[in-house]
Amino acid sequence: MATNSTSETRTCDTTGLPVCLTAQLFIKLSAVCAVVFLLLGGVAAILLALTRWQTIHLLPVDWFYRILTFHGLNMLIFWILFFEVAVLYFACTVPLKAKLFSRKVAWVGFIMMLVGAVMVDYIILKGKADVLMTSYLPLLAHPAFYLGIILVAVGTLIGVFNFFATLYVAKRDRTYEGSVPLVTFGATAAAIIAVVTLLHGAIVMIPTFTFAMGWTPEPDPMWYRTIWWGLGHQSQQVNVCAMVAIWYLVGYLATGAKPINETVCRGAFVLYILFINLASAHHLLVDPAVGATWKIWNTSYAMYLAVLASMIHGFTVPASVEMAMRYKGYTKGLFGWVTKLPWRNPAFSAAVLSVVIFGFIGGITGVTLGTQQINIIAHNTLRITGHFHATVVGGTSLAFMGLTYYVIPLIFQRDFIGKGWARIQPWLFGGGILMVSLGMSFAGSLGVPRRDYDIEPAGVYGASSHLFLGIMGVGAIIAVLALLIFVLLCVGTLLFGKKNAGRPIYDWGTAVALPGADESKVDAHWGMKGTIALTAVFLMCFAVYYFANWKALADVWPVQ
Amino acid sequence: MSLTVPEKGWYKAPEGAEKLWIGLALVWCMVMSVMMPYWHFRGKQNSRGEAYSVEPAAFMERTTTFVESGTVGDWNGIPIVEPPPGGEAYLAARMWSWYPALKLRKGETYRLHLSALDLNHGFSLQPLNMNFQVLPGYDHVLTITPTSTGEFTIVCNEFCGIGHDKMIGKIFVE
Ligand SMILES: [Cu+2]
Repeated sequence: MATNSTSETRTCDTTGLPVCLTAQLFIKLSAVCAVVFLLLGGVAAILLALTRWQTIHLLPVDWFYRILTFHGLNMLIFWILFFEVAVLYFACTVPLKAKLFSRKVAWVGFIMMLVGAVMVDYIILKGKADVLMTSYLPLLAHPAFYLGIILVAVGTLIGVFNFFATLYVAKRDRTYEGSVPLVTFGATAAAIIAVVTLLHGAIVMIPTFTFAMGWTPEPDPMWYRTIWWGLGHQSQQVNVCAMVAIWYLVGYLATGAKPINETVCRGAFVLYILFINLASAHHLLVDPAVGATWKIWNTSYAMYLAVLASMIHGFTVPASVEMAMRYKGYTKGLFGWVTKLPWRNPAFSAAVLSVVIFGFIGGITGVTLGTQQINIIAHNTLRITGHFHATVVGGTSLAFMGLTYYVIPLIFQRDFIGKGWARIQPWLFGGGILMVSLGMSFAGSLGVPRRDYDIEPAGVYGASSHLFLGIMGVGAIIAVLALLIFVLLCVGTLLFGKKNAGRPIYDWGTAVALPGADESKVDAHWGMKGTIALTAVFLMCFAVYYFANWKALADVWPVQ
Repeated sequence: MSLTVPEKGWYKAPEGAEKLWIGLALVWCMVMSVMMPYWHFRGKQNSRGEAYSVEPAAFMERTTTFVESGTVGDWNGIPIVEPPPGGEAYLAARMWSWYPALKLRKGETYRLHLSALDLNHGFSLQPLNMNFQVLPGYDHVLTITPTSTGEFTIVCNEFCGIGHDKMIGKIFVE
């Protein structure tokens, strides 16, 4: 396998690290595709939000479900998978000073993903696959829809294989000494979960494809749901891993933060690998033929150990940033360091917003909705959608956007245009998504279903439901505007941005040390006082929300 | 540093505030773990997932027998059926209706059989906001006890085609 011989490297002007040109090419290709799919998904998002906002009710009914299918696949699958391949290729080469294992393998994977994604989008827009993202059997789409998804999954698996092979070669050739850096470790955790997830995808999509072709009998609808969620929910855990790795990376780039305890951070990633794959019971909690024992076992033991991992990261990430600031001399009071953070750095503000929205809204709601019994008052309502827009959009997508503010100067070697716009973009996007998520969650608490064209025929949803759907609509307009600003900035920079080769990238802003800063004056074990206060507030919010839901559940009819 | 190889000897146990937080988080996760089995034995709302395999035609046959044996009225052309207290009630979901409508009595317990004749559907009882999944081929049995009276609307909350939002049913409780 002497495919490495063709690869060459350049030296990064900012970090001094060698960048493998093959990896760089595929980081560029994947990132560009990711942003294109993000744009497509964003256009779909605004059409959907303006339809569910009852006063506007824009789309006709068939196009609503068509665009909903389109939105789900482009956002949850294509934008995120393409970006993750870029993250994986970065994480296995640059920090390890390694070359990508194989250019050919990378091409095969990339082309399969792209062909699959284009095929899926084409079939959906042709009106041949109005089946939503989950495509629950016996609802049936055109065979090309399933084939396209299989191609995307297999193409991604090939990319993941390239990642692991690169790790192996780097270890063998000793391009680094000792353990891999934390970012690579987090990416490896994401890759391992991705393999398990994509295998579930293959197990469920291949028989569905052969059934759609008329070659095999219909798979059982309950079997389909069980295995599908092995793909559907876990794929979001890949995002969580990638997102957390980005939190650490951006924290380091913007403030110099380093993990207070590597063992703890890595241990938390290991918890994800071990337990998160078992937690897909989440979506089957009020399904027939799934026993209570199975539901309780999976959601309690497996899910909470994964939740523990997220809670650990929720502490260690802000703690490491706070400690970095205190070491730099910002030691005043509980929160004196917060105002001195590099808020003019869009990557940093995106990461902070990602932590806050993911933790406070996404995490707390997710754990609560995933509780066996509480799910009765939430299943298939807009509460579910409210939850995952906080995790996947406010959390993962925002973190990915933040990272892009470094990817373009470092990998594409261009200075950003419109830096002022870049600085407000994460705030607009985060604020919009917060409104979307809260609007959906409150509407869902009033029983408004997800994936529903019109709530009027039911005749049970009053003025407050309409108000919350309106808040969701306004939030969506703001978020999609911010998404457009992001895409325009990226595309504009690639076309018109100044080449920054030969000099350091434009500095988005990093925290600078005060004169006379003295690290030794900060207690390394109890120094993160602000983080301690914030996490205490978090735990209280969590407990209040959790028990309020048990109370709400106790108020409905007894049911066994 | 997250981008560079960690220093030698990075392996060490958590200390100080980090240790405290991990402890607190672990305790909280255990509290949540215990809540589900606790509610299973002490709580009144549990989705056990009791279900039996059934062909759509067979389920429709049982539903028809149920309708013939206990029709007490009519709601928009759909029969209202009253099952005996403690008895069985059948509800068939299909594009895009719930059949039949039900009349129940407060405080009595019923075994409600839910199944779909075509696609996945979602049983969402409003304004209570209780939600269950309905699948073709599965007789999903809910043992329910209405504890409030009035007119309750069943909304379909699983996508089942163009008329999905108009798939409305009724349960009357006296
Ligand atoms: Cu339906």
